[in-house]
Amino acid sequence: MEKEKNPGLVQFRGVMKRFGDVLAVEKTDLDIPEGSLVTLLGPSGCGKTTLLRMVAGLETPTEGDIYIKGNRINDVPIHKRNLGMIFQNYALFPHKTIFDNVAFGLKYRNIPKDQIKEKVSRALEMVRLPGVENRMPSQLSGGQQQRIALARAIVIEPDVLLMDEPLSALDENLREEMRLEIDNIQRMLGVTSIFVTHDQREALSMSDKIVVMEGGRKQQEGGPEEVYNNPANHFVADFLGHSNFVDGVIQSRDGDGYRVKLEDGNELMAEGGDWREGDAVEVVVRAQKLDIVPRDSHQTDDAVNCFFGKIKERSYMGGEVSYFVELENGTVLHVIGIVKTKPFRRGDPVAVTAPPRHCKLLRKES
Amino acid sequence: MKRLSGWSLIKIYTVLIYVWMFTPIVAVVLLSFNSQQFGSFPMEGLSFRWYVKLSQNASILDAFKNSLVLGSLTSIMTTAIAIPAAMAFVRYDFIGKEALNTLLLAPIMIPEVVLGVALLIFIRWLQQPKSFALLLIGHVVLTLPYVLLVVQARLVGIKRVYEEAAQTLGASPLQTFWAVTFPLLAPAIFAGMLFSFTISFDDVTATLFWATAQNQTVPVKIFGMLRDSISPEINALGAVMIFLTVSLPLAAGYISRRFARGSGA
Ligand SMILES: Nc1ncnc2c1ncn2[C@@H]1O[C@H](COP(=O)(O)OP(=O)(O)O)[C@@H](O)[C@H]1O
Ligand SMILES: [Mg+2]
Repeated sequence: MEKEKNPGLVQFRGVMKRFGDVLAVEKTDLDIPEGSLVTLLGPSGCGKTTLLRMVAGLETPTEGDIYIKGNRINDVPIHKRNLGMIFQNYALFPHKTIFDNVAFGLKYRNIPKDQIKEKVSRALEMVRLPGVENRMPSQLSGGQQQRIALARAIVIEPDVLLMDEPLSALDENLREEMRLEIDNIQRMLGVTSIFVTHDQREALSMSDKIVVMEGGRKQQEGGPEEVYNNPANHFVADFLGHSNFVDGVIQSRDGDGYRVKLEDGNELMAEGGDWREGDAVEVVVRAQKLDIVPRDSHQTDDAVNCFFGKIKERSYMGGEVSYFVELENGTVLHVIGIVKTKPFRRGDPVAVTAPPRHCKLLRKES
Repeated sequence: MKRLSGWSLIKIYTVLIYVWMFTPIVAVVLLSFNSQQFGSFPMEGLSFRWYVKLSQNASILDAFKNSLVLGSLTSIMTTAIAIPAAMAFVRYDFIGKEALNTLLLAPIMIPEVVLGVALLIFIRWLQQPKSFALLLIGHVVLTLPYVLLVVQARLVGIKRVYEEAAQTLGASPLQTFWAVTFPLLAPAIFAGMLFSFTISFDDVTATLFWATAQNQTVPVKIFGMLRDSISPEINALGAVMIFLTVSLPLAAGYISRRFARGSGA
């Protein structure tokens, strides 16, 4: 029988960090389930790294407690935490061979020499770099160095694998490959992992859970689809993907949805949430969720959430096209459409439809 | 003659300065091979007789031994102090850090005469006699700033992330120092030791105050010999000193560069 997974292998309880006057991380509660890969996602300076470094012991929380496997680790020194950490710039020891780099953690764990050798060569095979034991780090490419760093971190069988933007120093084309590598190895070993990134594609593609952060505060926490499809606030909607935002006021309830009076004078049907007449809201629609058709082929005039306008800008991105459509009342919508026949050109008259279930309502933030 | 202005003048001036600085050194080295008692140019014959005489002069050999022992001990002690001090200054924050750093670096800015007298007054106040220990302490104080600066500069360049990686992998702070920081710091430590040795080896001014008759160093000995004779032996001794103080750092530079290439860093 498989052992029950611990839903909070790493637990943050009211963790806060201040550097002098700078509040890097606000009081945060967070659980990292055993065996999962959790991503801390947010723009630069939002406190991701600080949160990660507090798990490693490289920073001390100003307030709050961190638990690993139920044990409070605030006062456990770094070297006794049994964690693997991967840094942005690899941080391989430049004066040591690849073997000595990978074996480094094992040397402090009272493991016999022959076993060290075996473990190192197995770890190198796992990252698909067998036989590089005797080279120096400077003789390897960036991508290879990061794979060695991965081998060095997993060979000690850490309780938690911590990764701080491990792909951001790599070339664009290597990044995808390395991401898959990390993803595969993480799943194969089932090691609980915390992954820090500012890249939403990385986060969406490999995470079991995404924690979106901004200004030192956790904004939303959930599976990739949930975070992407049901953003909790303006920031999350804006940071993940391309969204259109229009302010409005709830006019009335209408079946499952709400009739919203937009500030540009249009009316729109939206779904979800629990609102009262007169509530100030913000309507969010993803650029990909808007349908765009030529104006003259548009069928019925009474279709809901249908707006007419002209193509103002377009950029062809191969496979899909990004349009900015200027509506008759001046509002500009961002629409990303899949190219089926031929893309619209600048100035073409079009009809844009926003299906009500893709129109999300957020409380207007003042 | 419009061309002889500006840069040309500066060039000529520079060359003259160098000639003025190096002529005595060249003269000393040349005259050390002179076969005559009283040197004059053109030299009348080439010989090693002053070197032979030098190697038979017990008091000079004694001074040489003193200089070597003093220089070696100074460089070891200075480095042993400079490494932890540099670690503290670069890697940690503590109250009074700036003040302590300034204090340790101060001997660079204080004239050696002042330093020499100050230390003498200090041991007078402690009611201690002049001794080899005093000389050693004096040289450590004198050379510490240089070693400290070299080691600190290198330490700033060693990214903290290496130490952090080592610690997350299970090395204690002390183990991290020996396994990661020290090897990366080694070229600077080596350079610092040599720096310290050479400064100690050819210091005159401060050493004149601190040395006793029993523990004279070579430069002090030369200084003494110059006062009451002008034996050509001094030229030979001078040539040896020049050779050592120039070749040692050059050799060190060469070795440390090979060392750095070997480690791939
Ligand atoms: N050692 C430090 N000293 C002072 N301020 C810091 C330090 N580390 C981080 N900060 C500040 O804390 C905030 C969060 O930083 P960080 O966690 O590195 O963000 P991220 O990794 O999301 O880019 C930033 O405003 C940053 O300037
Ligand atoms: Mg960061």
